[in-house]
Amino acid sequence: MFLINCPYCGERDQSEFSCGGEAHIVRPKQPTELSDDQWAEYLFMRKNIKGIQFERWNHAHGCRKWFNMVRDTSNDKIHAVYKMGEKPPIE
Amino acid sequence: MKYRVNKTKHVDQTKTVSFHFDGKSYHGFDGDTLASALLSNGVHLVGRSFKYHRPRGIMSSGSEEPNAICQINEDTDLTEPNVRATEIELYEGLKASSQNCWPSVNFDIGGINNFISPFIPAGFYYKTFMWPKSFWKKIYEPLIRMSAGLGKSPTKPDPELYDHKHVHCDVLIIGGGISGIIASKIAAKNNLKTILIEDKNILGGSTIFQKNENYKINAKYSGEWIDEEIEELKKLDNLTIKTRTSLAAYHSYNYLLAKQNISDHLPLDKRNGDIRQRLWKIRAHKVIVATGAIERPLIFNNNDRPGIMLANSVKKYLDFYGVSCGFNNVIFTNNDSAYETAVSMREKGISVEIIDIRKKSNSKIVKNAEKLGIKIYWNSTIVNTFGHRKINSIEIMNLSEDGSNIVGDKNRMNCDCLAVSGGWTPMVHMHTQSGGKLDFRENDQTFIPTEIDENHINVGSCNGDFELEEIINNTNKKVKNFLKVSETEFDNTSVLNSKELDKRNIWLLPNYISEGKCKSFIDFQNDSTAKDIKLALREGFKSIEHVKRYTTTGMATDQGKLSNMHALGIIADTAGVKMGTLGTTTFRPPFTPLTFGSIVGRSVGKFFDIIRKTSIHEWHSENNAKFENVGQWKRPWYYPINNEGLHDAVQRESKAARDSAGILDASTLGKIDIQGTDASEFLNRVYTNAWSKLGIGKCRYGLMLNEDGMVYDDGVTTRLGENHYLMTTTTGGAANVLSKLEDYLQTEWPELDVYLTSVTDHYSTVSICGPNSKKILTKIFPDKDFSDEAFPHMSYQNAKIDEINCRIMRISFTGELSYEINIESKYGKSLWEKCIEVGKEFKITPYGTETMHLLRAEKGFIIVGQDTDGTMTPIDLQMDWIVSKKKYDFIGKRSLYRSDTIREDRKQLVGLLTDDPNEVLEEGAQIVSDMNKKPIEMIGHVTSSYFSPNLNKSIALAVVKSGKKMHGQKLIVPMENKSINVIVSDTVFLDKENKRINA
Repeated sequence: MFLINCPYCGERDQSEFSCGGEAHIVRPKQPTELSDDQWAEYLFMRKNIKGIQFERWNHAHGCRKWFNMVRDTSNDKIHAVYKMGEKPPIE
Repeated sequence: MKYRVNKTKHVDQTKTVSFHFDGKSYHGFDGDTLASALLSNGVHLVGRSFKYHRPRGIMSSGSEEPNAICQINEDTDLTEPNVRATEIELYEGLKASSQNCWPSVNFDIGGINNFISPFIPAGFYYKTFMWPKSFWKKIYEPLIRMSAGLGKSPTKPDPELYDHKHVHCDVLIIGGGISGIIASKIAAKNNLKTILIEDKNILGGSTIFQKNENYKINAKYSGEWIDEEIEELKKLDNLTIKTRTSLAAYHSYNYLLAKQNISDHLPLDKRNGDIRQRLWKIRAHKVIVATGAIERPLIFNNNDRPGIMLANSVKKYLDFYGVSCGFNNVIFTNNDSAYETAVSMREKGISVEIIDIRKKSNSKIVKNAEKLGIKIYWNSTIVNTFGHRKINSIEIMNLSEDGSNIVGDKNRMNCDCLAVSGGWTPMVHMHTQSGGKLDFRENDQTFIPTEIDENHINVGSCNGDFELEEIINNTNKKVKNFLKVSETEFDNTSVLNSKELDKRNIWLLPNYISEGKCKSFIDFQNDSTAKDIKLALREGFKSIEHVKRYTTTGMATDQGKLSNMHALGIIADTAGVKMGTLGTTTFRPPFTPLTFGSIVGRSVGKFFDIIRKTSIHEWHSENNAKFENVGQWKRPWYYPINNEGLHDAVQRESKAARDSAGILDASTLGKIDIQGTDASEFLNRVYTNAWSKLGIGKCRYGLMLNEDGMVYDDGVTTRLGENHYLMTTTTGGAANVLSKLEDYLQTEWPELDVYLTSVTDHYSTVSICGPNSKKILTKIFPDKDFSDEAFPHMSYQNAKIDEINCRIMRISFTGELSYEINIESKYGKSLWEKCIEVGKEFKITPYGTETMHLLRAEKGFIIVGQDTDGTMTPIDLQMDWIVSKKKYDFIGKRSLYRSDTIREDRKQLVGLLTDDPNEVLEEGAQIVSDMNKKPIEMIGHVTSSYFSPNLNKSIALAVVKSGKKMHGQKLIVPMENKSINVIVSDTVFLDKENKRINA
């Protein structure tokens, strides 16, 4: 059970949050211009990394804000949390 | 109680406690466990083993106990199976019984399995119950079920109370033995909020009963020293000590679960309905694991007889409980620690001899034993044991130089208790549960934790420190480092101890009897032997995880606390690999079994889940409504009159709604208040249709897709003002829609000025439909003009009932002329009652969700989640009309022309009419077109089906492959005992011209 440092509320129990999958996948601005393959890339393709992964999280039972998290999936260490729109603090 | 030979301060021999075991009555004393009390009465045989039904006795004195598992308080609703006798504190009137035996533990029919054991090796089930197939149902399954399981489950609801509690602390210390006590004292004295948990009822671990010249701390016996430490500990302010509390799980980020027994140790009549167990949910900044070590048994032929026990447990029974497990004892060891047991016995005048597989040892404690005149058989091993219900003799032989074989003659010795010690296994369960890794230490063949986390350390013998001096000094040093403390009172502790030499480790002791005929048990509870492990390896199992599952080693209720290391060792020896390279099986929570009660806590009965009720709920109840669960909501399903069933009530309600007037509580529909200068643009992006031109005061139906183009939700949204909308969602989808919209707003379109607020609970919604609805509305709002010109379909107006503001929407989900009135929730019930009162002259009829579903099906309106299942596009639903061609983008638009979504043979929504108008299809029934071509292709299924009283025939909606092109085509719905002929129709069955809406 993680202890997540919500960028708006501080440390809270994982049970207050829900994970929204891989971060930094930007919705295409002009979807109609895309081929089926390009659209499918956006729509379906997600990484499943063993190691450092960038994820979207929502403080669902708290401030309802979305934010990003850098997590090592091999040991569940959270390396950073940062607000939506901010650059990831780790490459 | 002739085995009670010693007076100790931990057992009060002035307070007699009577209890029953297997129907016989016995006496023990206050402070006993069930196990110590039984031993004091000379009872060793307490159960039968799982597979071979061999007699088994108490083996240990703690949570690692594999044999002495009992059913307690049988035939009451408090009964509990698989309770370890070594952990039950004795109380007056306790009733316990053996498990896994019939008719009795002394004479057990199942014992026959022991004689046929050569025919039931590892993997027996997998090999035997494969064929013939026809045997499975009638013979094999009942047979397996009969012999499966340990103990009896209670048959009545658990009458006891359980509780959960959250707690936060700076430092959590797990284990109240010597290293846990040192750690707690350092932490608490340095102003840290500290919690110490200990699974026994007192602190002190195995040090507390240590009174040996060879073990002294600051010139005191270690037992006396620790007594004083505990007294001081209890005075510390910021330390909470929780005894009878066992750690169940250690999750990541120092989140731990611990179960506290609150009333389990009290006589049944003194429990007073108090909470029985509490599950602590602990979030600790730092965790110090001090869980100690478990003594290993030794693996030799017939090593499982009652009376064969772990050496340190024998010492505990003697020095802590005052019970001698036998009067003619033999100790069988490969290390020094068992000599403490021998010395303790001899000092109390009890006969004891030692068999040591080592060639010699020069440590102080061994010298001490020799000086006391204890006979030691060096370089010897036990090759057999005898005695059916209790051990009575053993056979020993000498070991060869390298220990791989036996030499010389057999020598038979009598004994009534055999205390074995194979060295110590650090309890690394907590460390590995938290994600920690292990290193293998060759010299004593143990797995030792490797530190990985700055907020978690292991100290004491769970960290591989077994000697008193090491334990104290290393614990002090590590804790100082961990808590950043510069000096402690333990810095200059003088410790006297007997240095333990390396032990001689032989995982499976050699024998003159052939391996196949030896019963050398590794897992006592699941009856796995060394032979089984070797068989598994011969049959090609290599991974330790596979061997474990094939032989069931380590899979019993004790989770292999005593067996896992030996299984690993024998695998390594047999396969000729280094043990450290094998790894271990995974240690999973819980450490010891948890009761279901402690897991669920208070979340039982009406607290199991949240129940949401509308403000009108009371009226529905009073008027005989039957309720349906929709998500967490209770919605009226139908309102039977007299003895009406569902069908009759729904037919009556549906007819009334179309013929005169019906009234529905629609308060549960999700309501989202949308405000902001970009609200219209936002709706344009989330709905498939266009919103910019919707006038203020108008309503519009919207369909929401997922990005994959599949229908996600629907509902009517009303424009309340220039920058203000009220969106309705489906009842079940309300929360998800809000979070999806928030997601897009926050992450994809942060530039939009839009604010979302859930107002579902703020307003009650009363929906009135039917040809007389306008007349009813006019009576309620006499000042309002309800003419079609002044108040057209799909528009909204503000109104007042006695000074109370409400909103009236003229929208329809039934196809009838229909109005929905929104009012603040607290007035919901009075509004409803007023509508009923006013509507009386029009026979206004309350209807429930079932009638609502029927009415909308007559009109072919979909229900998201019933007619859709996350694989339907609006095109599949024949709702092309709602998908804007002009809009550049909306959620899911691009997906509507992916190669997969434009396939013509997708499942599409159609209507179905049965040839026999009285035949009602079953929802979910499969649809086929050709019964002759095998295998029969299933081309779709029924999604909604009703008997329509207004059309006087059966109607259904279904999804069928290429259904759009099938209009008029005959299809078949095959049922269990008949096939129903149907014809594909339009999805709108009633009032295709939409006349009724303006009736």
